[in-house]
Amino acid sequence: MKKVENFIVEDNKVLNPHCFLLKLKSPVSLEDVKQGQFVNVEVKGVQDRILRRPISIHDVDVEEGYLYLVVQKIGKATKELSGVKKGETLSIVFPLGNGFELKGEKPLLIGGGVGTAPLYLLAKQFHRKGIKSNMIIGARTNEQLFLTNRYNAVCNLSISTEDGSVGEKGLVTQNSLMNSDFDVIYTCGPTPMMKAVAMMAQQMGKTCYVSLENRMACGIGACLCCVNENKEGHNVCVCTDGPVFDSKEIW
Amino acid sequence: MEDKRLNVNIGSLKLKNPVMTASGTFGFGEEYSDFIDVSRLGGIVVKGTTGERREGNAYPRLAEIPAGMINAVGLQNKGVEYFCNNIYPRIKGINENTIVNVSGSSIDEYCKVASMVNDLEDIPAIELNISCPNVKKGGMGFGVNKDMAFEVVSEVRKVYKKHLIVKLTPNVTNIVEIAQAVEKAGADSVSLINTLLAMAVDAERQKPIISTITGGMSGPAVKPVALRCVWQVSHNVDIPVIGMGGIQNATDAIEFLLVGASAVEVGTANFLNPKVTMEIIDGLSDYLDRHHIDNIKDIIGKI
Repeated sequence: MKKVENFIVEDNKVLNPHCFLLKLKSPVSLEDVKQGQFVNVEVKGVQDRILRRPISIHDVDVEEGYLYLVVQKIGKATKELSGVKKGETLSIVFPLGNGFELKGEKPLLIGGGVGTAPLYLLAKQFHRKGIKSNMIIGARTNEQLFLTNRYNAVCNLSISTEDGSVGEKGLVTQNSLMNSDFDVIYTCGPTPMMKAVAMMAQQMGKTCYVSLENRMACGIGACLCCVNENKEGHNVCVCTDGPVFDSKEIW
Repeated sequence: MEDKRLNVNIGSLKLKNPVMTASGTFGFGEEYSDFIDVSRLGGIVVKGTTGERREGNAYPRLAEIPAGMINAVGLQNKGVEYFCNNIYPRIKGINENTIVNVSGSSIDEYCKVASMVNDLEDIPAIELNISCPNVKKGGMGFGVNKDMAFEVVSEVRKVYKKHLIVKLTPNVTNIVEIAQAVEKAGADSVSLINTLLAMAVDAERQKPIISTITGGMSGPAVKPVALRCVWQVSHNVDIPVIGMGGIQNATDAIEFLLVGASAVEVGTANFLNPKVTMEIIDGLSDYLDRHHIDNIKDIIGKI
């Protein structure tokens, strides 16, 4: 069931020049939060910006009641959000979207930039099932990476940077893990990256789940603003039909 | 629980309170039932329905602007037959004033949708949308010309027997003459305003933000225009007026009632706070307490 609740900021930590990590205490149980879902966050104090900001769920601690969000500063509202302090409250609509299903025995997770954020909870849930997934994180430079040690604890991680500042030099699609033995791909990141990954997966005959990020207003399927055209020519809502789609449905 | 002081009528429609939801912002009501008890609303106007399925406009359909947003959804819906066969059975009874927003590109299409919805027992009214700015043939052509507005409402009036609301566009030189034309054609009430035709530009990319270039502007930024339109229309027609445009809280709703609206529709604010309509209803009761007013009807049209 979807809710709107006031979360209390427990911690706000700088991860790199672009991203920060919010640790938020929930007033209600988070047991129905699923990997790959997102939240819609109200950002107060931004002159003339009224819409909520959809942010993917990075991690959830159901026992202690904490929700973790990795946010990239890209506009006025996310810059404002980067300044929230411990003890402040944030109104959050959650949990939203379909999320990732845990499919396959040998999953390969591919994240690009801040799109890596929701893949952490996915890797953690596979890990809990006794499956250590392979993960490729792609970035332009090492400056864009975050929390790699945390990722390393729940999966077998390989990094690709375009400038070669860390890990393998090149794109995620050139990473050596693309040649590993996998049965399903999960990807989240810039659209061109996800498309390239999906095309490779389709050529290999593997299923590929992509998590889209379209511009949204309501987040609950009411306004029909965030649509994506599927292969049948129908516009589907990213917020409720997605954000996770089988790549064959859309590309 | 129900505050009887908030009961209002829009012609034959009896509302528990003057707070309704605006078409295109509240889905079919179900989308909000996790957050609120939708039966508490004065009414729900569901997503615009056309004669045939429409896919709507290409993405991107949304631009955020100072104190508002611009949308160009373009009446995406599965068509009136799908509504009658699949959606109506699911949502009937969700609220006693579940109202269908009827859209079209031709008089025939409006009449087809209206007559099919006329047969749905639990739909007591339609809101005839002659004011959508977001499709080439979205009805705004009817809504900006008093003769065409008269004609389409007259034809729909022949096939639609229940309460007929006509939704007006503010994108006209003289909204009063359009309101008077639809009143003469047999409308039972008018609702206004639909969105303002607007545009947003991305200076860095040197491109329009929305795929259709122009779209419909809503949110708190439009409220002063909406108040002006409601005030002008309500003093120049004899049928009830439903006011909308940028309502975010009970104070905003009161302002619309003061300038002559018998009820209000809340739109964009539902996206910002899915519980906002309940807060507005409670806020109206508080307002009556604070001002020692016996009945909300007493403030309608005071200005």
